[in-house]
Amino acid sequence: MSAPPSSAFLLQLQNCTVRFGGLTCVSDLTMGLGQNELVGLIGPNGAGKTTVFNIITGVYQPTEGAITYAGDSIAGKKPYEITARGIARTFQNIRLFGSLSVFDNVRVAFHLHLEHDVRHSLWRGASFRREEKEIEAQAMEILEIFKLGKFRDAPSKSLPYGDQRRLEIVRALATRPKLLLLDEPAAGMNPTEKVELMSLIRFVEEKYGVSVLLVEHDMQVVMNICRRIIVLEHGVKIAEGPPDQVRADPKVIQAYLGKD
Amino acid sequence: MALAGAVVAQLFSNQINPYYLDVILKIGWNIILAVSLNLINGYTGQFSLGHAGFMSVGAYTSAWITMQVGPKVLPQGTGIWFHAGPILLFLAALIIGGLAAALAGALVGAPSLRLKGDYLAIVTLGFGEIIRVIVRNIDSLGGSLGLNGIPAYTNLFWVAAVAVICVYVVLAMVHSSYGRGFLAVRDDEVAAEAMGLNTTRYKIVAFVVGAFFAGVAGGLYGHYTLSIDPKGFDFNKSIEIVVMVIVGGMGNTLGVIGAAIVLTLLPEFLRFLADYRMAIYSFLLIVLMLTRPQGLFTWRRRTKPVVSA
Repeated sequence: MSAPPSSAFLLQLQNCTVRFGGLTCVSDLTMGLGQNELVGLIGPNGAGKTTVFNIITGVYQPTEGAITYAGDSIAGKKPYEITARGIARTFQNIRLFGSLSVFDNVRVAFHLHLEHDVRHSLWRGASFRREEKEIEAQAMEILEIFKLGKFRDAPSKSLPYGDQRRLEIVRALATRPKLLLLDEPAAGMNPTEKVELMSLIRFVEEKYGVSVLLVEHDMQVVMNICRRIIVLEHGVKIAEGPPDQVRADPKVIQAYLGKD
Repeated sequence: MALAGAVVAQLFSNQINPYYLDVILKIGWNIILAVSLNLINGYTGQFSLGHAGFMSVGAYTSAWITMQVGPKVLPQGTGIWFHAGPILLFLAALIIGGLAAALAGALVGAPSLRLKGDYLAIVTLGFGEIIRVIVRNIDSLGGSLGLNGIPAYTNLFWVAAVAVICVYVVLAMVHSSYGRGFLAVRDDEVAAEAMGLNTTRYKIVAFVVGAFFAGVAGGLYGHYTLSIDPKGFDFNKSIEIVVMVIVGGMGNTLGVIGAAIVLTLLPEFLRFLADYRMAIYSFLLIVLMLTRPQGLFTWRRRTKPVVSA
């Protein structure tokens, strides 16, 4: 069942285990994510999905196992170093910079690609001003693409819920990732918003050529847009494959609905 | 332009009533202290109660330089160097005092940056007290008697110039794509880290720059009062600066400048109350916080929810 280790994968988790004291959250997980792939990670509550996200992004370290990204080991790296390598994420509970404007939220995310630092911001020379203009143009461009341009100067916490979700994805994209991790983007959305979200994720994948790892509770969303699904239960991978196959898997049905 | 203004101000300072001059200078270094603390507390969201500690590092370092090194290097007699010497010496003393305070800022900042909120406040508070106790026990710094006979170098020009530079540096830092990172760290550290920001670095930069200006303000203070002692840099002084930042509105430089002015003038206007002065002052602060918790000078921004199209 476990996919054979392959160098073709952009992101590769090998035999990863995460323990907090006596509690094993993720157990011997091996999974991979290819270039331009949209993979769903599903499982009942407490299955360890967010923990998987957190070990990939460096918030936690795996107790055992290896994580490689583009051929390099990234286990033990700091979150900002991992983002610098091209992995961006959104959060299950929205974590925008609430008091900053929509524009500034995106502007901060360009940080990794800044050439100037604090000294330049004091001197304010020609190259500094040119770069600030460029960032402004790029930030506005990406905001317009995602139809958030009209909110430019509004504090991000004042946006409607769906737009906050969208802004979080835009902010993650502004770091220019190759791999985008979305943690329950459909949480708290109504059916219309969910449909919009699905087309948004497809659009992001096609336009920016990023790979997407999607953690989601909502079956409709996952089954619709993912070509491959990994199912976790109690930290163990119990199924992997295309949506139809996963849907029919007796182990998955049992994990979600229980045994009769 | 602002520096030119400061020069003009200095030319007229001889004609100003000494009491007014005293109050104006006090306003000046309170602005420096409050604006620099605002970088740490307001913009970066790291609650520091150690600003008086940084101030004392700067005050003692610069006073030690002008008192001990000064007589050895200052030229005697007349001529251009006789006049320029003290100015250069004072400039060097202020900068070295600021750098010493910045070093202290980095030393406190680095280990305590794993702490947040209340815990960080307690560590910085402890730092301020440690500095005070150390200084009190160093004989060459005068012990608890302090240093006396510091040369009177501070005047309106110096205070105004440093205040202008301090305000410029803080505003310029924050108003750039790099500098928005300070606010991002304040709003959500986890998200900031996930956006590729080295949050530790941001916090240390804030501490170092904030402490530098506190140290320079300490130097200005010492060379005006001509005598400094450890009691002048105690916990109360730190609180006084924190109050200015909170009253002005966290992360609002213009508001903090306003608060530094108002809160320096207020006790002066309350002098007629004699013994009840500080009680009334405290009472007014309570009223202020109850009526304007967002800060005296923070005007309501557009916070109404945006209607989605």
